[in-house]
Formats: sequence, structure tokens, C-alpha cells
Amino acid sequence: MGLQEREILNEAEVDILISRMTRQLIENHNLFENSILIGVQPRGIYVANRLKQKLKELSGIDVTTGAIDTTFFRDDFRRKDKPLLPSVNNIDFSIESKKIILTDDVLFSGRTVRAAMDALMTYGRPSSIELLVLVDRRFSRNLPIEANYVGKYIDTLSNERVEVMWKETENIDKVILVKK
Amino acid sequence: MNTLSTKHLLGIEPLTPEDIKLIFEVADNFKDVINRPIKKVPTLRDITIANLFFENSTRTKLSFELAEKRLSADVVNFSAASSSVKKGETLIDTVNNILAMKVDMVVMRHPSPGAAMFLSKEVDSVIINAGDGTHEHPTQALLDAYSIREKLGDVKGKKVVIVGDILHSRVAISNIHCLKKLGAEVKVCGPLTLMPKHIESLGVEVETNLKKALEWCDVVNMLRIQHERQEIKHFPSLKEYTLQYGLTTELLESIGKDIVIMHPGPINRGVEISSEIADSKNAIILNQVENGVAIRMAVIYLLAGKI
Repeated sequence: MGLQEREILNEAEVDILISRMTRQLIENHNLFENSILIGVQPRGIYVANRLKQKLKELSGIDVTTGAIDTTFFRDDFRRKDKPLLPSVNNIDFSIESKKIILTDDVLFSGRTVRAAMDALMTYGRPSSIELLVLVDRRFSRNLPIEANYVGKYIDTLSNERVEVMWKETENIDKVILVKK
Repeated sequence: MNTLSTKHLLGIEPLTPEDIKLIFEVADNFKDVINRPIKKVPTLRDITIANLFFENSTRTKLSFELAEKRLSADVVNFSAASSSVKKGETLIDTVNNILAMKVDMVVMRHPSPGAAMFLSKEVDSVIINAGDGTHEHPTQALLDAYSIREKLGDVKGKKVVIVGDILHSRVAISNIHCLKKLGAEVKVCGPLTLMPKHIESLGVEVETNLKKALEWCDVVNMLRIQHERQEIKHFPSLKEYTLQYGLTTELLESIGKDIVIMHPGPINRGVEISSEIADSKNAIILNQVENGVAIRMAVIYLLAGKI
């Protein structure tokens, strides 16, 4: 039996979710004077970029965005066959006393978010960290971590994988569920 | 390709160009890490590394130790001067005793060429060569090439001249291998008495006139005269060496172009390089030292993934 694919979100639906979460962010962060969006490498940066774009469209705010790489902070080093290769960090501003919104495409075990928070703390002490994800695979957490903003909750089995595609990399905005 | 083709770092010669590029890419990330307010990552918290130095070293030892600590590895240090080696223990026994204490990786400097290779065949551990006699000093060559890449954008096509005591220099041998693998052109320059036989077989040209070498190159790497390895005199006097092969402001001004100045340290100011030049804007000697930590973190990280 090969791979089975099922579409969960199409382009229009992804856009609706991004718009809704942007509005939720505006409610909580007003003019974003003290708030920063940080995408978790490698795929969370696309979420951050979309939110930044949408925020500009909806309210003209140009929010600061960055990227954080979790490779050196992961807890599965040496549990994989090959060492993971890191991506770049892009934090050329102070995060001291800032409100950080971490963004990622899919929330699954929570381990990446844990690593991202640890990585972030090496840059300084933010006043708060929130988590925003496009897709939350609920009931699959290994750690007590929950997102503050969720695009869509989905229920999945452990042999399924959620893939988020972006125009920037796959030429289409789409979320699919792949069954092995 | 996200893994090295080798289990140990014994020298540059066995590495592929892809290995070297991979190390550079990972080193970029670690350079970012060591410039943060908190310069440490928890990656290797379950790894113990032994630094075995059978020969004196300040910079390399410190640099390795910092690299290990910034990766959160546990570190044990050993120097031959204060050990049982003096009581007649063999190298294999010494290392096996250390490994029996559950050490995962060994960084070793040794006065005998081939010591790291020998050890890698005899003991079950990851070995990183931190200099073996006059053979190789791979991490130095990596950080030198990395520093050139950082300063000039790329190593490929650049003209590099290595000046000085090539005969006793593991830095020169490793540098030649590394630069050639990355596509640079390399010349060596110094008195013929300090040139190893058949050095041309490594694909380098020999030039005995420093001025001519400088007119040709983009980068000059000045080496120290290794008095401690010279059993006989290779040149009449240090003064005479300085007159012919010392890098001075007058000499560089007479060339009239910007040349990147490198030195692996320790510097003998006023011998192979004048103080003015060593502190000038074209000298990247301290950048080399900074990059040394990032390069060593990258090497340790990539090899530790294979334990």
C-alpha cells in the first residue's frame, strides 16, 4: 500500500485562517509597538511572513519578524542516524522585554516549541512568549505545551503526517494529510 | 549531504571538498551562537571529551576547550607534563585508561607524525587530530580557509602564499591540502633549506623571493620559525631570515595592493612579521582565532553525531 493523501485546507481556507489569526493578534497586541513575530525554522518562517503581510494589509502595521533555529537545542541529537543540519537564525534586534509570538506550521509533540523557547532565551529575556500555529494535531503532545492561537485543530493518527505547502516553496498554499 | 565522509578528523588529506564545505556551513551557525549574549548551546550535554596534549599548546587547547564547553560537553584535560607518560606508560594504555572512564571523543596533540591515525586504529573512540608532529593540523587549516572565505567571499580561485618554515610546519601541509581541495592556487615561500623535498608533488609552486610571491598573491599566511623542531641550523641567523622573509610595512607599500595577512600564531613580532603589520587593518589574525572556536564546534558537532 502506497501513500494516501487527503487535502485538509485549500488556498482560500489557509488565507481565511491567516486573516482570522491576524485579527486575534491585533486584539491582543494593538499596534505591535513591543511585539515581535519569530518563525521557527525551517517552516515556521512562512507563517510569520504571511502574518506580517496580512497585518500590513489589514492595519498598515509593519511588524518586526525574525527566525529561530532549534537544531542545537533539540533533545533528539544522536537519536537520529545523521546529525541535523542547522538553519540560520535571524534575530538582529533585541528581544529583551519584548512580547514574542512564536510561529510554526504544525504543532505535534511540542518538542520543537520547547527547543525554540530555550533557543530564544539565549538572546535575552522576553517579557512573554506566545505560540501561534496553523495546524494543531491535538491529543498528540509529549510535553505540556499548548498554542495561544490555532488555525485549525485536526485529529490524526501517529502513522499520519501533516504537510503544509506554501507558494514560496511548493507553488501552492495547501495543507494535506499523508497516510503511510 | 549532511554528514561527514569520515568518523575521525585525522587530517585534511582524507576529507572531500564537500566535507570541508559542510564544516564551513555548520561553522557559520556556531559563529552566530558565539556572538550571542548567551554563547552556549546544550547540544552535547551527554558527551564527554578528553583533550590529550602531549605537546605544548595555548591557543589550540584553549580553543578546543571553549568549543567543547560552548556545546555543553563535559571536558577532561590531560597534559603529558603532569601524567604517567613520564612513568613509562604507552600511548594506547594511556588512552584506553581514559576511555575506560567513559569518554566519547578524544582530541589529541602529539609530537609524533601519524599518532592520531595510529590511535584511531587501536582504540574505539572518535579521534580529532589537534596537531601530530610535522604531519597535519587539520582544524587550523579549516579555520584559515574559513577566514579567507569570510574575508574574500570564497576560497576558490584565490591566490595564497604560505611563507616561512614549511619544512617543520604541519599548518603548511594541512593548509595546502585544504586550499587545493577548495580550488585555491597555492605557493610556498621561504629559504630552500626550509622547504621539504618533493613539496611540488602537493601541487604547489616554490618561490624563494618574498617580494615576487607577494606581488602574485591575494592572501599571505606567515608561519613562525619552529626553533623547537630544528635540530640543525637552516639559516645563518634570525636577523638574516628577517631581512629576507620578514613582512614589513615598507615591503607591503612597495607592492601597492591590499593583501590579506594571516598568521596561525604564536607570532614572533619583529621576526617573520613586524608589529605594525600584525596590527594593521588587513591582518585577520584575531579573526582566525575567533573562527577557530566556531570551526572546532562544527567539527565536534558533526563527528559527535556519529557516536
